[in-house]
Amino acid sequence: MNDSELPPLPAVEPAQAIDVIVGFIRAQMEQTGFERIVLGLSGGVDSATVAYLCARAVNPENLLAIRMPYRTSSEASETDAMRVVEALGCRTERVDITPMVDPMLELIASPDAAAGSDELNVRRGNVMARQRMIVVYDRSAAFDALVAGTSNKTEALLGYGTLHGDMAAAFAPIGDLYKTQLRDVARELGVPDEILAKPPSADLWPGQTDEDELGRSYDMLDRTLFALVDRRWSVDRCVDAGLDRDLVEWVERRVARMEFKRQLPPVAKVSLRTPGIDHLYPRRRPGSRR
Amino acid sequence: MEYRIALAQVAPRLGELDANLELSGEILRRAASDGAHLTVFPELALTGYLLQDLVPEVAIGADDRRLRLLTRDVPGMLVAIGFVEETSDHRYANSVALLRDGEVIGIHRKVYLPTYGLFDEGRFTRPGDRVRTVEAGAAIGRIGLSVCEDFWHASLPMLQALDGAHLLVNVAAGPSRAPGSEAGLAAIAGWHKMQDTYALLGTVPIAFCNRVGNEEGLTFWGGSRVIGADGGTVVQAPLWEEALVVGTLETDDLRMQRYGLPLLADERLELTRRELDRIIAERAGLDGAPDDA
Repeated sequence: MNDSELPPLPAVEPAQAIDVIVGFIRAQMEQTGFERIVLGLSGGVDSATVAYLCARAVNPENLLAIRMPYRTSSEASETDAMRVVEALGCRTERVDITPMVDPMLELIASPDAAAGSDELNVRRGNVMARQRMIVVYDRSAAFDALVAGTSNKTEALLGYGTLHGDMAAAFAPIGDLYKTQLRDVARELGVPDEILAKPPSADLWPGQTDEDELGRSYDMLDRTLFALVDRRWSVDRCVDAGLDRDLVEWVERRVARMEFKRQLPPVAKVSLRTPGIDHLYPRRRPGSRR
Repeated sequence: MEYRIALAQVAPRLGELDANLELSGEILRRAASDGAHLTVFPELALTGYLLQDLVPEVAIGADDRRLRLLTRDVPGMLVAIGFVEETSDHRYANSVALLRDGEVIGIHRKVYLPTYGLFDEGRFTRPGDRVRTVEAGAAIGRIGLSVCEDFWHASLPMLQALDGAHLLVNVAAGPSRAPGSEAGLAAIAGWHKMQDTYALLGTVPIAFCNRVGNEEGLTFWGGSRVIGADGGTVVQAPLWEEALVVGTLETDDLRMQRYGLPLLADERLELTRRELDRIIAERAGLDGAPDDA
């Protein structure tokens, strides 16, 4: 079966999407009363794209990109992150998270969790992601900045991210762009080819790639998500259209299982007005500005 | 007779009534210097759109002094502007007021409150229950006011055209559903196509003013326009950006359009009414509904 017989990838008009997202970022700054943005810059395409978008919305002087390697992080990540910093002329800082992460990793390396097991890898990855969050939020206070999120739509729907870790942010510029759409946007923004060309990776352990870990290509994941979510197709319709049933069922289950990562925790209602249930306000409103 | 319509494609500030009143006053002075006879602002131009529980905080009565004072510096000009209206019995409506010389000469309360997909309006405001036209005098004549989603129900503009409207004014706060893709641009084209069609079938010019700017994650698309009674675009504002554009209409064009294309005069209202009565009875399962229709 060739690609033309599969359901399509989600389309994007990169220039239009960039205008909309830059307008969104500016509005967030204006509505919150902040002038500065901070983000974690990994050297991957997602955070590079967010950095480019933010640098269009605010003066690069007001953008702080923090590089936060762990001792096993790849050299290429650092090189690529610096390419972004140099291209944008934004501020940057390097914070090695190894001395913060290692004591915690020693604590969790219990006899119950076999070294190198999937479970331990996930826990180690979560510790790193949450440590980076601590650094970014600490710097946001010091630099007087809002934290820009770098999660994309594919990750958000599949729950491929760490709650209170890389998913923590004040606003989410690329949260409605699938990974494959993001690449088109990144290209339009001028994100360096080296970053576009390499396989996506959370770089939580040497040689890790997203597609190995998820067991599916982003191309197939995005086709499936676009059909199931955006077009509201049933599993059977996706399969009839040429997608693999195991893939579609796995994606559907995973989107449902990860619902908790996309929402605030439910509040037990005991009073007359309850935040999130019947105390409902826009996040940015009069009085919410600093 | 010629008249000029200014479309104030603004980005209101969410929940900031005073700031929006001030902004509107400034724009009205500019529109007056552009020679506008009518200036149209977007839906909820005085309050912003995603209000949720801010509704009672920004709601004002139609007789509120601040609303009437808007026309202070623009004598003789008609102003259509969207706001949250609180009635004397404390109903909250998404309304558009037609003002002139410190008087409210017409009010329309949004009849169709979208409460689906990304919209949640019916949760926070109550729907209007009448569709009328208002006599605005020379040169425009009768105006049919409506708010955004009202226009997605063809019955509403058609009722106003049949009720003698010489101009339809639709005020909107339209968020783009997919602004980063072709689907989003197609949706905007759909809005414009629908307006062209109403103008053509109603043989009536249309002034459409849609807001721009961002609220939370939403981006409002603008694209305000004046359309002639032949369905042709007279003037169109840009997408996404704030703008004040002015279009000129000629009352004689409407007169000759309706002579050449007497659709309204030919409309079989009694037939429509009979069939509507039947459809209503059938849909409601009322006794006496013919079962062989």
